[in-house]
Amino acid sequence: MAEATESAGDGGAASPRPLFAGLSDITISQDIPIEGEITIPMRSRIREFDSSTLNESVQNTIMRDLKAVGKKFMHVLYPRKSNTLLRDWDLWGPLFLCVILALMLQRDAVDSEKYGGPQFAEVFVTLWFGAVTITLNSKLLGGNISVFQSLCVLGYCILPLTVAMLICRLVLLVELGPVNFLVRLLVVILMFAWSVVASTAFLADSQPPNRKTLAVYPVCLFYFVISWMVLTFTPQ
Amino acid sequence: MAASAAPGGPRNETNPEWGGFEENIQGGGSAVIDMENMDDTSGSSFEDMGELHQRLREEEVDADAAAAEEEDGEFLGMKGFKGQLSRQVADQMWQAGKRQASRAFSLYANIDILRPYFDVEPAQVRSRLLESMIPIKMVNFPQKIAGELYGPLMLVFTLVAILLHGMKTSDTIIREGTLMGTAIGTCFGYWLGVSSFIYFLAYLCNAQITMLQMLALLGYGLFGHCIVLFITYNIHLHALFYLFWLLVGGLSTLRMVAVLVSRTVGPTQRLLLCGTLAALHMLFLLYLHFAYHKVVEGILDTLEGPNIPPMQRVPRDIPAVLPAARLSTTMLNSTAKVVAVTLQSH
Repeated sequence: MAEATESAGDGGAASPRPLFAGLSDITISQDIPIEGEITIPMRSRIREFDSSTLNESVQNTIMRDLKAVGKKFMHVLYPRKSNTLLRDWDLWGPLFLCVILALMLQRDAVDSEKYGGPQFAEVFVTLWFGAVTITLNSKLLGGNISVFQSLCVLGYCILPLTVAMLICRLVLLVELGPVNFLVRLLVVILMFAWSVVASTAFLADSQPPNRKTLAVYPVCLFYFVISWMVLTFTPQ
Repeated sequence: MAASAAPGGPRNETNPEWGGFEENIQGGGSAVIDMENMDDTSGSSFEDMGELHQRLREEEVDADAAAAEEEDGEFLGMKGFKGQLSRQVADQMWQAGKRQASRAFSLYANIDILRPYFDVEPAQVRSRLLESMIPIKMVNFPQKIAGELYGPLMLVFTLVAILLHGMKTSDTIIREGTLMGTAIGTCFGYWLGVSSFIYFLAYLCNAQITMLQMLALLGYGLFGHCIVLFITYNIHLHALFYLFWLLVGGLSTLRMVAVLVSRTVGPTQRLLLCGTLAALHMLFLLYLHFAYHKVVEGILDTLEGPNIPPMQRVPRDIPAVLPAARLSTTMLNSTAKVVAVTLQSH
């Protein structure tokens, strides 16, 4: 309201000198406070909404977020044309998957000194560095997708490979041998294909149609490197 | 001040600092482009597009500044000294804010500046990959080099993946912590380092090539390396490697040499530039193969030996003498074999 009185005062001072073309615009801006009052009910409603999330129990909040993450996992496992993964992006799922995969790829602490398996930091950095590189590449190729959307999709699509890692660890509990390796190879190839198909289903639409191949190639390379890590993992 | 600030009067007299601001803005705009384009013979449109983009933006900034100052001039003439002062302060604030905003924008727009270099079609990339293996014997006229970075960048990443693959097949005795870093460092280091080194040499030898073209040329030259390494990491046959090294690696090196020769004048300069590039490129392939391939053999040897604990080796620690020494003998052997086979077949 203080602004309104000020601008009204300016308008009064300007009226004896009508030469000012610039100040006539200021008098028009008097309409703004009215608009402001119109928007106030909306704001109060938003506040009510906010207070409702503040008052709810922590369990509800966590469950809601977990449900959102779980829904996105389902989208990755059964990829279909949908914008859910793109519209409400979050980085919780990618973080979980990344940490789980890195923890599973890390060898036992005693052996890690001696044999130096893929360390936690290495896997973690590889995943995020790769995802950022692919995102930059798709931006440079002219894709209309935001950085975090792309990171979200790429991160969620690691899910099949994390499952493959889990299966591989279970298979490795049985005695080693060529059959064992073949089983792991098949699982990893299947999950690699799944990851690529799922991520391209979400990402390919954001690219210009004639450049899809160029955008998909680094994605394949990225998942290939991860699946190679998963396949070559052997507990010592 | 107030008297001289007549409406429509010369703006620079009214406020000389604004000229400074304007220059600053222009400076901020022109500091964005790093990729120079001194070459007219390339015929590629990417460089022109980048330049055009930048020029357009500078013009926009100019027009904005001019419009704002014209408005100021009218305003200052009518108001008193106090009003002018406040207006001036406000304007300076606004200009400073605008300058900061434009700087922030130009940071973000760096992506947009790079975008023309990634403006390719899949078919173009495919044909350039094929062309990188076909040397063209045309020395009199400078050959075209497409100034594009998508292909080279992807080839370098592919090489990183292939190196990782090769390291992983050579069992786990290598320290994995350095594995990813080593692969990325080696590939990017070679690409950027050798490009800038050859660019420096080209500058000394007065060759007609830009940094961007050098990056593209050397990047596409890595296609041969990718093929050779991918095949020979999976099929462990020495004769096959030497054959591929000479054929595929040689072809891609020849292609680069031919392009450089066509852009250099004078036999000494040509010899210096092309000799350096060819030696570096061919030796890099040898290094990549033996540094990560010999490890497998070394492990196999040690495993076959009685109870000798496997040595812990970082791939870089392998002396360069070893491949070189083995190279001479095995290469002689393999060439002798090849000659024998050809003689028998005739």
